[in-house]
Amino acid sequence: MKKLKVIAAMSGGVDSAVAAARAVDAGYEVVGVHLALSSNPQKYRSGARGCCTIEDSHDARRAADVIGIPFYIWDMAEEFHKGVVENFLSEYQSGRTPNPCLRCNEKIKFEAVLDRAKALGFDGVVTGHYAITKDGPDGKTLHRAADPEKDQSYVLAVLRTDQIEGAIFPLGDTVKTDTRKEAKERGLFVANKPDSHDICFVPSGDNAGWLRERLGSETGDIVDQAGTKLGEHKGAYTYTIGQRRGLNLTVPDKSGEPRYVLKIEPKSNTVVVGTHEDLAINTIIATPPTWCGPAPELNKELRGFAQVRAHGAPLATKYKFDGTNLIADLDSPVFGLATGQALVIYDGDRVVGSATICETI
Amino acid sequence: MVDSAVAALTKQIKKLGNASSLHSAGRSVRKDLEAAREELAEAAGCAASEIIFTSTGTEANNLAIKGLFWKGAKANRKVIITSTFEHHAVMDPIVWLAEHEGAQIVGINVDRKGFVDLIELKAAVEKYQDQIALISIMHSNNEVGSLQDIAQVVKIAGDIPVHSDCVQSFGKVDLSFKKLGLTAATISAHKIGGPLGVAALILKKGLDIEPILHGGGQERDLRSGTFNAPGIVAFAAAATDAVANKKERDKKIRQLKEELISTIKKNISDIWVNGDLENCLPGIVSITFPKTDSEGLLLLLDAEGIACSTGSACSAGVQRPSHVLLAMGLSEDETTSTLRFSLSYTNTINEIARLGAVIASVVARSKAASGKK
Repeated sequence: MKKLKVIAAMSGGVDSAVAAARAVDAGYEVVGVHLALSSNPQKYRSGARGCCTIEDSHDARRAADVIGIPFYIWDMAEEFHKGVVENFLSEYQSGRTPNPCLRCNEKIKFEAVLDRAKALGFDGVVTGHYAITKDGPDGKTLHRAADPEKDQSYVLAVLRTDQIEGAIFPLGDTVKTDTRKEAKERGLFVANKPDSHDICFVPSGDNAGWLRERLGSETGDIVDQAGTKLGEHKGAYTYTIGQRRGLNLTVPDKSGEPRYVLKIEPKSNTVVVGTHEDLAINTIIATPPTWCGPAPELNKELRGFAQVRAHGAPLATKYKFDGTNLIADLDSPVFGLATGQALVIYDGDRVVGSATICETI
Repeated sequence: MVDSAVAALTKQIKKLGNASSLHSAGRSVRKDLEAAREELAEAAGCAASEIIFTSTGTEANNLAIKGLFWKGAKANRKVIITSTFEHHAVMDPIVWLAEHEGAQIVGINVDRKGFVDLIELKAAVEKYQDQIALISIMHSNNEVGSLQDIAQVVKIAGDIPVHSDCVQSFGKVDLSFKKLGLTAATISAHKIGGPLGVAALILKKGLDIEPILHGGGQERDLRSGTFNAPGIVAFAAAATDAVANKKERDKKIRQLKEELISTIKKNISDIWVNGDLENCLPGIVSITFPKTDSEGLLLLLDAEGIACSTGSACSAGVQRPSHVLLAMGLSEDETTSTLRFSLSYTNTINEIARLGAVIASVVARSKAASGKK
């Protein structure tokens, strides 16, 4: 049988290096590719860990050499800027809180890269994500990883069935500590490289500063739900729903209760605050949905688990799809949920589908 | 590496004496080194005393360009004339001098075939005259192989110092430092089957320029640092070998080149060759495959065991449009659809046939992946 040919997306970190090595062991013909996500590699970020530095591309190349596979750099700067960075800015401008890692998986790794790989005659893309795919009667399905601490099925839930068909996740059954151990055994010097946590294109994790630089810092009012002014803000989009610190309110609450950001209204440039109780959300409405498998029956109420943050707990829920929106009625409320984040529905450990949260009640 | 260079290097590497030392071990190495200098001078058509050994061609270019500029600047000559498609090892030190030392760059355009416009050069020389510190124009271009008329450049320059990066040409085509009348020339061992990490600046006798490295005062006080004797003797051996076999190899490589071009043309009708097919180095072939993406071509050809190269890449490895091809008038899209094949006398007709067998499918795939319309 002819060997299957795959592209291993190599960030320069430990996970993607071990994933590439495992793909070689599994009998694939592997070509390593590092994605250059900024046309000027120092533009988005310098020094620290991320996906865009010269150091990372060097680390990825070194890992490919140790594994013994060819290695290339693919310039995806334009696609990344359009599909991820611009989307990130416009979402904030609209008062939502986007998840750029999810967009990157959707638009870059499993669209731009996968499409290019297929055109060049490759069969799929290998990444170091922690998630599991299984063959089902209707094609491949996406599942949670064995390591709940590292599970990344949430940020992959945006993938369509055809994208999952082309995805290979060799680390799904492994816990992170074992990945590091294996990297060491394989002689991959990235074994002890720290995990990336921040947004890769925002330098030193200063999200608010980065946004202020690009979107301006027009001051506006911080108000309560009745519209009474309680203070001033420096750029509405630098706040996150559920945020408590750094509000600098000039009017204290009568009962001395702490106040939280409830809503960001970009049109009036106001930030609305309230009590912790006011943050409670029972119903989540999200659109447009992507199904990792067959779409659920229209308007049929089903039971499953909702996840609303990258490392959030699964929340027991009823859900249904009304043809436009995916609606989740949670069994117990969740506090401080931002629109723009993804609602992912699970059936046990299987990803049913996802959609972007547009309204919370 | 050619056999004679390997033999020279392995013999010399056992001798540990420092050529600058006065004891017998040092003297013995000194003797070998000076013999190598004479041998290399013979191959390059210069006096032995005109050779300054360096570790790379880049270093030799930096020494020549900065040294000649600083010398000129003392007499208020701050203009550097150069072509718009020099190697980065020439272009970047010139840009550095402009950014840090007040140099004024005058870039001479090149035509679609890759030849420096000598009429424009003449006009620039007449315009700037005694403001010119130096002229630096490559002997042949490293990406497209076009040979420049350096004798004519020297004639136009008159008394103005002329440096030429001869790294690509040395050992491949007739080249005599003396006959060309150059002030300075750069040559490197690794391009002629010699070892990596050894090169030379040929600098006219008696000319005193500012060094970049300061220390022990080796090489006319222009290049301090302990001699790399094994590298130097191997460099000389490779140069002798290249010059002795030049004619025969030239003939063979030009035949291979013809075969390569016709094989590719037979399979892909819309390709073109960049540069000139007459006045060129034997082994460099730059071919544009319209609407492809050279990164994809390279990846697929490499998988078939065929090594070729794309233009330049930034420090992180991202492909950039070639400044050489842009200077020759290609569009950005065309530059990133171009591959350079380097042929040597060790290549075979069979290897070209192997390329012929896969090129059509490789180009079709690369076109599909490129998204170029």
